[in-house]
Amino acid sequence: MDLNAPIAIRVRGICNSFGDQVIHDGVDLDVRNGEILGVVGGSGTGKSVLMRTIIGLQRPIAGEIEIFGEPMTEEDSDAQLDLRRRWGVMFQGGALFSTLTVAENVQVPLREFYPGLTPQLLDEIAAYKVVMAGLPANAGPKYPSELSGGMKKRAGLARALALDPRLLFLDEPTAGLDPISAAAFDELTMSLSKTLGLTVFLITHDLDTLYAICDRVAVLADHKVVAVGTIPELLATDHPWIQSYFNGPRGRAAQTAVDRHMAKGA
Amino acid sequence: MASMADFTETQAEAGRTLRVTGRMTLSGLADFPQRLDAVEAPVAAIDISALDRIDTVGAWIVHRFAARTGAKILGASDEAARLMSLVSRSEESVRVRPEAPNPVVRVVTEIGDATVVALRTLAGLVAFFGAILVATWDIMRHPRRLRINAIVHRFELVGVKALGIIGLMSFLIGIVIAQQGAVQLQQFGAEALTVNLVGRITTRELGVLMTAIMVAGRSGSAFAAQLGTMKLTEEIDAMRTIGVSPIEALVIPRMLAAIVMMPLLGFYATVVSIFGGGLFCWVSLDLPPITFVQRLQEVIPITDLWVGLLKAPVFGAIIALSGCFQGMQVESNAEQIGLRTTSAVVQAIFLVIVLDAFFAVFFSQIGWI
Repeated sequence: MDLNAPIAIRVRGICNSFGDQVIHDGVDLDVRNGEILGVVGGSGTGKSVLMRTIIGLQRPIAGEIEIFGEPMTEEDSDAQLDLRRRWGVMFQGGALFSTLTVAENVQVPLREFYPGLTPQLLDEIAAYKVVMAGLPANAGPKYPSELSGGMKKRAGLARALALDPRLLFLDEPTAGLDPISAAAFDELTMSLSKTLGLTVFLITHDLDTLYAICDRVAVLADHKVVAVGTIPELLATDHPWIQSYFNGPRGRAAQTAVDRHMAKGA
Repeated sequence: MASMADFTETQAEAGRTLRVTGRMTLSGLADFPQRLDAVEAPVAAIDISALDRIDTVGAWIVHRFAARTGAKILGASDEAARLMSLVSRSEESVRVRPEAPNPVVRVVTEIGDATVVALRTLAGLVAFFGAILVATWDIMRHPRRLRINAIVHRFELVGVKALGIIGLMSFLIGIVIAQQGAVQLQQFGAEALTVNLVGRITTRELGVLMTAIMVAGRSGSAFAAQLGTMKLTEEIDAMRTIGVSPIEALVIPRMLAAIVMMPLLGFYATVVSIFGGGLFCWVSLDLPPITFVQRLQEVIPITDLWVGLLKAPVFGAIIALSGCFQGMQVESNAEQIGLRTTSAVVQAIFLVIVLDAFFAVFFSQIGWI
């Protein structure tokens, strides 16, 4: 991991609240180019809200966000629209359009942004993206209701990758998957981010995912990002939530699994 | 900003070589793919060393071109080579849409499917009605199992909360009937008969029928959506495991509410319609309210009221039955709730109108004309 890599997402002083309930109070976060950043935090600490704020679905009360050095604003200018093409988002449940097939779902962003593409090229692009996301070829003409949970997530990933983004947002990609599918999805995320040179902003509860693929981990607690760093760096801090998160029974189990894996690999 | 994707052709001894320049990314393509498609095979090589940027779509286009023309790919950067190998690994024939069946087969299949669905629905409805009768019998033997609170709550939702909208609707319908009737009857100098028209049509037919349609739209749909949501969130399964019969706890209170409230709402609608019609007669035909009421008493036989009020509970039962039945049919996904709610309302209104026709014939036959 290149410590001096340029910053892909720069978040400064974000404040969010719903009514009286304060979610974020001065969140600062840097996501470096090419890294996989895991975002963790207890339920209700505003992980998804932070993601929604960065991609412009939620307007913060205060704070600034820069993506690839360009500030995010409210206006619908061409520059802003261009910025939006540079990221792909995979929502928790996949958020696939239920009236379209998987392959057509992948085509939606392409059609929207590049109306000039020929139907044949569109079909070809959708085809290889579907396979690239690890779906079997026969999943292309299926409707979302015919897919299993794991396949829906992969279809969501295929759609998120439709525009060849440089930035990928994943909201709990392995939640609700069996351990085998979850591990496979982690591997897919990792290999795609390497091959495509993606920067990944990954919200998760899954300790195995954190150990397996995240370069750095950001911890949301007390309405702000309390720590960012590699897992050993986080373990060295004495924040109570971080300690109980990584040193709880599940945290230790995930860690030993990684250690065992490393030992075997060596 | 880097330039758009472009290519130049050079002729060498080994054959033609294409040299691609610019951005081979989605945003840099424009009509590049079409122009590349127009290049005829064979091409000896495609040189991509001078590209500014490439993404998977660019890699795919180069890969496809190489496969079509047999060209060698020269000068691929590390990134390009990586992407090219990724897309070539992902090359598989994937259908985008499901195969469209033969139209004749499709029409026949659809007719068959619709028939099966219609018969199944009918059978299911009868079975559901049976289950309700069994539950009713159980409750009659153990009256303590009747859920008074739930029933009273339904009374409020189905009946009291509907008073406003049903009142407004009936009032306007009364005025419309009186106004339209008066215009036509005036041609025969018989505008005094407007009283007969308004009085008899609202008591016999429209009061109850329009109320049934409104209740189907308000409460029938709500029943279907509520039970459907409970089915989806497995609340109904949870009830069953605890030993509570969903029919007793959910369906019976709704049935009772609809059966009891329909005659009351129907009567209320009739009265308000007549009031609207009377108001119109007073304002427009100079018929004083006293005379209007007197005439009503003379022209409406009491059997008209029975005709209306006897139909109402049956309509209520039909509405609640189809609402609850459709709600209980929801399975698997949220889209079904919408579909089932729609069919609940359509089914209820359709059955109400069909039954109304039977009632009309029946009551004339027994001499309640």
